[in-house]
Amino acid sequence: MTTFQLEKHVNYVKSLDKKSDFDSVVMEHLRMSGAYWGLTALDLMHSLNDMDGEEIAAWILKCQHDCGGFGGNIGHDPHILYTLSAVQILALFDKLSVVDADKIAKYISGLQREDGSFAGDEWGEIDTRFTYTAVSCLSLLKRLDSINVEKATDFLVRCRNFDGGFGCTPGAESHAGQIFCCVGALAILGALHHVDRDLLGWWLCERQVKAGGLNGRPEKLPDVCYSWWVLSSLIIIDRAHWISKEKLRDFILNCQDQDRGGISDAPDDAVDVFHTFFGVGGLSLLEYPGLKSIDPAYALPVDVIDRVFYGQKS
Amino acid sequence: MTNDNWVPFNERPDWDDIEPVPQDDGPHPVVPISYTEHFREVMDYFRAILAKDERSLRALQLTAEVISLNSANYTVWHFRRLVLEALDYDLEEESIFLETIAEMNYKNYQFWQHRRWVAQKRASVAAPDELKYTEVVFNDDSKNYHAWSHRQWVLLNLGGWEGELEYCSKLLSQDIYNNSAWNQRYFVITKDPSRGGLQAMLESEVQYTLLAIRQAPSNESPWRYLRGLFKDDKLNLLTRNDVITVCLEQLAEEESSVHALNLLLDLMASGLVTGRGGEQCFRKPEGCKVISEGLNQGAASVTPQSHKRYVKGFYGRRCMNVD
Ligand SMILES: [Zn+2]
Repeated sequence: MTTFQLEKHVNYVKSLDKKSDFDSVVMEHLRMSGAYWGLTALDLMHSLNDMDGEEIAAWILKCQHDCGGFGGNIGHDPHILYTLSAVQILALFDKLSVVDADKIAKYISGLQREDGSFAGDEWGEIDTRFTYTAVSCLSLLKRLDSINVEKATDFLVRCRNFDGGFGCTPGAESHAGQIFCCVGALAILGALHHVDRDLLGWWLCERQVKAGGLNGRPEKLPDVCYSWWVLSSLIIIDRAHWISKEKLRDFILNCQDQDRGGISDAPDDAVDVFHTFFGVGGLSLLEYPGLKSIDPAYALPVDVIDRVFYGQKS
Repeated sequence: MTNDNWVPFNERPDWDDIEPVPQDDGPHPVVPISYTEHFREVMDYFRAILAKDERSLRALQLTAEVISLNSANYTVWHFRRLVLEALDYDLEEESIFLETIAEMNYKNYQFWQHRRWVAQKRASVAAPDELKYTEVVFNDDSKNYHAWSHRQWVLLNLGGWEGELEYCSKLLSQDIYNNSAWNQRYFVITKDPSRGGLQAMLESEVQYTLLAIRQAPSNESPWRYLRGLFKDDKLNLLTRNDVITVCLEQLAEEESSVHALNLLLDLMASGLVTGRGGEQCFRKPEGCKVISEGLNQGAASVTPQSHKRYVKGFYGRRCMNVD
């Protein structure tokens, strides 16, 4: 049986530091999220101490704008997605105190619309991804009281479909990534009673294909990142026992680059940091030995979440 | 990526006055970036224009160059919109620009967001163009999530509902498994203001769906759609002989037909008395297995201890407490 190449994956993620190919060029604007994926994967593999938290925090602060939001890199416009990534990285390093939580909360609450939804930035694109982002970020900062939680919840409920799943806007097709965002946000808001667990659980467990991997919608191909979106949602609604965990574990393990480390979207494809994070995260949800436990709603290690909310030092 | 006729900016006279600005990645970047020369130069000039906030025609052309190199860079799209507004630019021209770069951007959030921005400004005259455009995308990828999302936005905001149900039928006749088309169908019957809502559409939709189920019984989409039709009136479903007949028919043919069993089971839980030969099917071993799994609400959950917090509502509002 294939085993998990922990050491190689740690080296792969660290090597991104020195990488100089075209992929990293097109990643420039989302460097903040790239850093979150890589650093969280390292933490799950017990290797975050190898990274310089001071230096990373200093860089993050340079990405913050006067409005309170963060860009994906120095000189890039603020966006809610990179604001969450920035806060998540600071939480990993126990450095949330270096930012002004009220200022960030003001930026995020300014993106909430009359109907409770959230825009991603000043240009007004609406998507339940941004509701999740806002809710998760404000919760980590303990500033959920800065938005209208009632209306935010109402909007999520309006995005619930006849099949039990959720889409990006009311009426949009159910999609595993959007389901994670809506279910995760509802979990953080303590509003999971709006989810029909059996109906949604049925939809989610049907995402497992014969080969063991999970897809994101009916009749689509399995992909490692859906191991995260689907499995975390199943765990949150307590229906993870409706899929075969062994088959899913084997699917993820088969997507490893056995020689150079890293995990790809599907067997024999090229690896990237995004799928490496979601592969490691998926295995962590499956309680794979040697990995830290990850929180299914916040997508951060459980010990980090406990430290944020209960002040427990790991 | 590099085009042979491309002239570097430092050799273009009309860019003489601009001092390029390199990317500042900090002293020891976390994910350092190395650039091909061409890309680096274009980006350096873009940063310079951005710093000057120069909203000119040459700035517009420069953003087009940046987009052709890296269309996922959201900052350049933002700036392009500022320039378009400042120049009061012809938005039909902008639609044409979007056509030229469309093919490589079918899955790019920025591209679709920009398209929506342009369509919103052009208002209802844009509706036919936008609907037709998404159809071109669907010819290639009939489940493109961005395109479906765009199409729904167009229908809700600019109109054009007239042919939508027929369009869904057309896509489903090409591929009955297309879940996106099933979803769009539900969208039409519940949101098209001229159709009178779910109740008015119920009868014809039930017939359409039962036909689709008979055509491909293992297709999960019509089974879910069928439930959706009775979403607000589950008791009505209990009285539908045609629906129950299809379930029993499928079970007679394939005794482990999970979709048929699932629906019947739900109906039984809602009070259906199976005096129609249903018990017969349920006595078969395969059927019993699925049913016992389904009925066993307390099935041994293997949620890890650390994740139980969600099951028990561990977080909830307590995260709202301000320090
Ligand atoms: Zn993926």
